Amino acid sequence: MPSVRVETKAAQDMRNTRLDLASLSLRQVNESLQKAEAGAFMISNPRGAHALAAGLVSPIDVTIDGHVGYYCGGMNQQASITINGNAGTGVAENMMSGRVHVKGDASQSAGATGCGGLLVIDGNASARLGISLRGLDIVVKGSIGHMAAFMAQAGNIVVLGDAGDALGDSIYEARLFVRGKVKSLGTDCIAKETREEHRTLLRGLLDAAGVGPEIDVSEFTRYGSARTLYHFHIDNLGSY
Amino acid sequence: MCGIVGLFLKDGALESELGRLTAAMLHEMCGRGPDSAGFAIYGGAAGGISKICVVRRASTLDWADVAARLGQATGSKVSYGTIEDHAIIRVAGDGAAARTWLIENVPEATVLSEGEAIEIYKGVGDPDAISRRLHLAAFSGTHAIGHTRMATESAVTIAGSHPFSTGRDTCLVHNGSLSNHNRLRETLRRHGEHFQTENDTEVAAGYLSWRMKEGDSLAEALEHALDDLDGFYTFVVGTRDGFAVLRDPIACKPAVMAETDGWVAFGSEFRALAALPGIDGARIWEPAPATVYAWSRS
Repeated sequence: MPSVRVETKAAQDMRNTRLDLASLSLRQVNESLQKAEAGAFMISNPRGAHALAAGLVSPIDVTIDGHVGYYCGGMNQQASITINGNAGTGVAENMMSGRVHVKGDASQSAGATGCGGLLVIDGNASARLGISLRGLDIVVKGSIGHMAAFMAQAGNIVVLGDAGDALGDSIYEARLFVRGKVKSLGTDCIAKETREEHRTLLRGLLDAAGVGPEIDVSEFTRYGSARTLYHFHIDNLGSY
Repeated sequence: MCGIVGLFLKDGALESELGRLTAAMLHEMCGRGPDSAGFAIYGGAAGGISKICVVRRASTLDWADVAARLGQATGSKVSYGTIEDHAIIRVAGDGAAARTWLIENVPEATVLSEGEAIEIYKGVGDPDAISRRLHLAAFSGTHAIGHTRMATESAVTIAGSHPFSTGRDTCLVHNGSLSNHNRLRETLRRHGEHFQTENDTEVAAGYLSWRMKEGDSLAEALEHALDDLDGFYTFVVGTRDGFAVLRDPIACKPAVMAETDGWVAFGSEFRALAALPGIDGARIWEPAPATVYAWSRS
């Protein structure tokens, strides 16, 4: 059943609120965002601050004008966060829902342990993208570093560029789609057949990330788990 | 943890600002390393004069007496200036011999650096208080490297603080920990390197000094380090005319770099770079693992 969200007067008043970190403390800015139930917010002068817009719980729209430090948008629920710059370690870490969009590059562990929602990175992401992924969808328009999707359990990662070493090491049931080269696959990660259901899924993820039809889903290879590490196997005893 | 900052100037007009910019960068890294801090400044080279930076452990140490004894022992003309507990001893003659004499004959002091351009200063405690006490903001020069330390591998002492320098005009700062430093220290001793501490980073500095004595360029020495050093590291290295960065193959420790026409800068986190002039137009990137980044003035 479709739901209609009715904004309160106070929420409407919060629309297009400007919050400047040159004059407000990080705590003041985060409190304003965490208490808001609706509205749009523009954050200026982030200057690499950590944990900016972390722990948001409402469907608000947040734009950050500049580069952010660690854990931006961490634990996000429902909010849509756009970063007009680069993001430090752990952007959108453990996000639950909503959308985080990095217009620049993302550092290590982007989207780590994410449970739901969509993380879009327009540039490159470095090491350990989406480690222990648990349901979040990630679309990276550039390339990604090593150890991406380590022990990823659920969710999807789409990479338009290349992937680094040990992609999908010890992966469970997450799906990985890479358009470029993969430097090496991690243990128990293999290339898999891309069926119609996967092409439909991939097209939907690209559409959601604002990637147009000029990028053809047939250019991607799907990677996933060979499922040989799921259970104790007596022949592997020597490796334990 | 530990925090690293580095600034290599390409635009000579910024040289008078080097200390002020480095102090502002170091301030942002206080939280990453509250135990101790240090910085290396390159500048003020005068032909034929070696500068030896020394910090005293005993407040009773008389620098005039040390300078007189050093001059007598080495036959070189010796002068000195002081900043708080540090002395910059200027020697017209063999700087390496003077450094060795100081290490062997002045146990109340720690020798921090020797070279034509390099000066190293260190302290224990709050990094901001250290940079204020040692007047970091007032320094000018061509490049600088700073470090805030959260100690893991050896005690919180001035001797265990970074930057480490074991070779002429060369210094290194480190975020991480090395696991093969004890064995490597013994190997390097057999090659004639001297060590003043049990610290892992000093071994890395000694390793680079040894490689460069063997004829390696800074970049080549760092390529060899990838084979011979085991452990976690992000290194920033300074030489008289050069500046380089290396991360271990799994990129365990953070790093971000930026470059404009005027400078190259390194920070453990972006916030260390956020106040640099022209940062809005800078090329900003995360250095890739196991990849040597090097700049040189010549």
